[in-house]
Amino acid sequence: MSSLENKTSSTWLNADRRRLILQEYGIFLAFLLLVGVLALSNEFFLTPGNISNVLLQTSINGVLAIGMTFVILTRGIDLSVGSVVALAGMVSASFVTSSATAGIAGAPYPMVVALAVGILVGVCCGALVGFIVSRFSVPAFVATLGMLSAARGATLIYGGGRPVPALSAEFRWIGTGNILGIPMPVILLAVVFLVSWWVLTRTRFGRYIYAVGGNPHAAKTSGLNVTRIRFLVYVISGALSGLAGMILSARTGSALPQAGIAYELDAIAAVVIGGTSLSGGVGRVTGTLIGALIIGVMNNGLDLMGIQSYYQQVLKGALIVGAVMLDQKRNQGA
Amino acid sequence: MQPLLKVEGLKKSFGGVAALRDGRFALEAGSVHALCGGNGAGKSTFLSILMGIHKRDGGTILHRGRPVEFNSPAEALASGIAIIEQELSPVPHMTVAENIYLGREPSTRFGGIDFKTMNRNAQALLDRLEFNISATQYMMNLSVAQMQLVEIAKALSHDADVIFMDEPTSAIGEKEAQHLFQAIERLKAEGKGIVYVSHRLSEIFQIADSYTVFRDGGFVGDGKLADIDRPGLIRMIVGRELGEEYIKTNTPTEIAGLEVTGLSASGKIEDISFTAHKGEIFGIYGLMGSGRTEIFNCLFGMDRASAGDIRLDGQPVAIRQPSDAMAEGMAFVTEDRKLTGLNLTDSVRNNICLASLPEMSPAFVMQRRREQASAADMIARFGIKAARDTMPVSGLSGGNQQKVVLGKWFLRDPRVLLLDEPTRGVDVGAKREIYRIICDFAAEGGTVVMISSEIDEILGMSDRILVMRQGRSAGIYSRKDADAQSLVHLST
Repeated sequence: MSSLENKTSSTWLNADRRRLILQEYGIFLAFLLLVGVLALSNEFFLTPGNISNVLLQTSINGVLAIGMTFVILTRGIDLSVGSVVALAGMVSASFVTSSATAGIAGAPYPMVVALAVGILVGVCCGALVGFIVSRFSVPAFVATLGMLSAARGATLIYGGGRPVPALSAEFRWIGTGNILGIPMPVILLAVVFLVSWWVLTRTRFGRYIYAVGGNPHAAKTSGLNVTRIRFLVYVISGALSGLAGMILSARTGSALPQAGIAYELDAIAAVVIGGTSLSGGVGRVTGTLIGALIIGVMNNGLDLMGIQSYYQQVLKGALIVGAVMLDQKRNQGA
Repeated sequence: MQPLLKVEGLKKSFGGVAALRDGRFALEAGSVHALCGGNGAGKSTFLSILMGIHKRDGGTILHRGRPVEFNSPAEALASGIAIIEQELSPVPHMTVAENIYLGREPSTRFGGIDFKTMNRNAQALLDRLEFNISATQYMMNLSVAQMQLVEIAKALSHDADVIFMDEPTSAIGEKEAQHLFQAIERLKAEGKGIVYVSHRLSEIFQIADSYTVFRDGGFVGDGKLADIDRPGLIRMIVGRELGEEYIKTNTPTEIAGLEVTGLSASGKIEDISFTAHKGEIFGIYGLMGSGRTEIFNCLFGMDRASAGDIRLDGQPVAIRQPSDAMAEGMAFVTEDRKLTGLNLTDSVRNNICLASLPEMSPAFVMQRRREQASAADMIARFGIKAARDTMPVSGLSGGNQQKVVLGKWFLRDPRVLLLDEPTRGVDVGAKREIYRIICDFAAEGGTVVMISSEIDEILGMSDRILVMRQGRSAGIYSRKDADAQSLVHLST
């Protein structure tokens, strides 16, 4: 029952504002705290070289997590991103390799062709999943679990189980080049982030995504095409997985069939740490970006401290669960 | 005689704000006691303290003369105080017996569940209460009304002698409500005390013996229902003279607004025809499951009709999905605002704008100023009480939430308004405001079709009434020819 109407406006605003500040900036404060602690405990942490390194390591997970945010906002999940990374990375690589056996006829093609192909592969995978989820009401968990397996298989079939080596320098620039000293993957992540932020906060389509995730029945009654919106979020996630796949193979210089294994888990972790609700309708892409940065910074910081990667995994697990516990508590309080 | 349950000076504040200042209540054994009050009166807080969901800040609760304090609903139940909640939460894939004995199943010698004894006990209990429900049925196959009866049986299996019922008829039809009332009568005869919480005054006058009224978190008064009349009770609940409960300022014209001919949807409705005129409030009355809502679903493109013609302003229209209906100027306020009306996690502003986004922002990018202005407009027009238009709609009271739904549709400036139970779960004061909004709309030449299962409301508001029975029309009656008895008679 609403006790709200009886509240005096002054106490209301204070409690309300405090909660808002926590909600808006809580995750950001946590991030700054982490950076502060690491900066104090290790002198290398805040060097330009290391910062650039952290951002570079975050870029692929960041791109995937942003796509995942679109899906999770509509109450879905996309488990297939890691496999789509491998498939798109491998198919696009076959267009720019100079290896006679691994490439397709006429390779190497210009980088733009490979880019278009890689994105297209991701879009197709996403469209298939989106079609199955939105038209046949198959749970997203199941549909994308199927794609996780199928896309991995397709990668192995396409490359015959072998890597695609010797990618063109022009293509490798996506992963290793830089503009004004900023690594290309970081620039790509920034672009993806800004466009996604704009779409989710400033456009009608973004509003539709929140409405479908918040209450699909109400969205349908209000005349929204729920099926189409559900379909499109998987296409977006697929396209971004394709982009991430190309960044990965461009960075390593060859496309590996086992690339991207378990990437979906880090992407989901970033989204969850960033405060997006798995039950849909609540969350922000800014939070996701910071979530991805927290994972990246933590891995890097623990590396610098010389802590074994085995322990890092345990800590990451604790961080994911802890972030959600805090989030729940924050939402209940106030 | 010592009262079964006596509450005095109950206090509770949330974050420094008093939700309950002085809760007073006395329940006699073998009686039905109505707890009345508008939304925000403190009824829910009162119930949640008694059930051990919230801790009280002060006051005493005496159960059979002994002071009690509960830390959880389970403790309350163990000591004999049960609640039948407004929204039931049974385990659908378990049987009736398993639901009744959930958490205290009789066990066999080997530690397994003794299904035989459990089913036998459950059936004996149901039979004693004459509920006509099989203990081995799956819960999901029961109607909402039957689930309530199972909840009552569950309460009695705990030897509860105080049973709270929170809006028990909000989700069931008239006929089922009468069954429920019979069950209540039997409980009364067994000497149980029933606390009946409802916004529906006609029910209170039908089954309750005494009443207690809360307003703004405080006790206002109590007494025997035999000593008070309906206007008197309303006056206590709202704290001011309401005059006529139903406002009627519209006059129907002869111009057809919405014409429906031979509308059918297989297995749901058959051959429904009616014409609602401009300026008219056309009522549809029927029991739950009689096909009322299905008519609206077909008209609004939520379901596909198998046959039938729909004309708006004389022009035939083809409606395949909600956006088609919206383009023709139809608006649909659905039955369950939480399930299909609102996006509870989103703000008041975004909910108001939800159905008008393409119109408000023709390009891809949203026009925030226009949304802000439109939301402010609707909030002012309907007197929606919200601290800010960016606050989540879940923080509003039921009446204000319903006004947000109305605002969402009025923003589209509709020609035809389809209202499905527009005042469900809304307090008396907000109800009147909603009636005023509906009447104003009709008076300005709009066409209104309104479904309601509250007989008073349908008789008070409608110019003509279509009665539904088992998916078919049982006739259309004008305002002056219809009365409560004939409607109930026709619909069953």
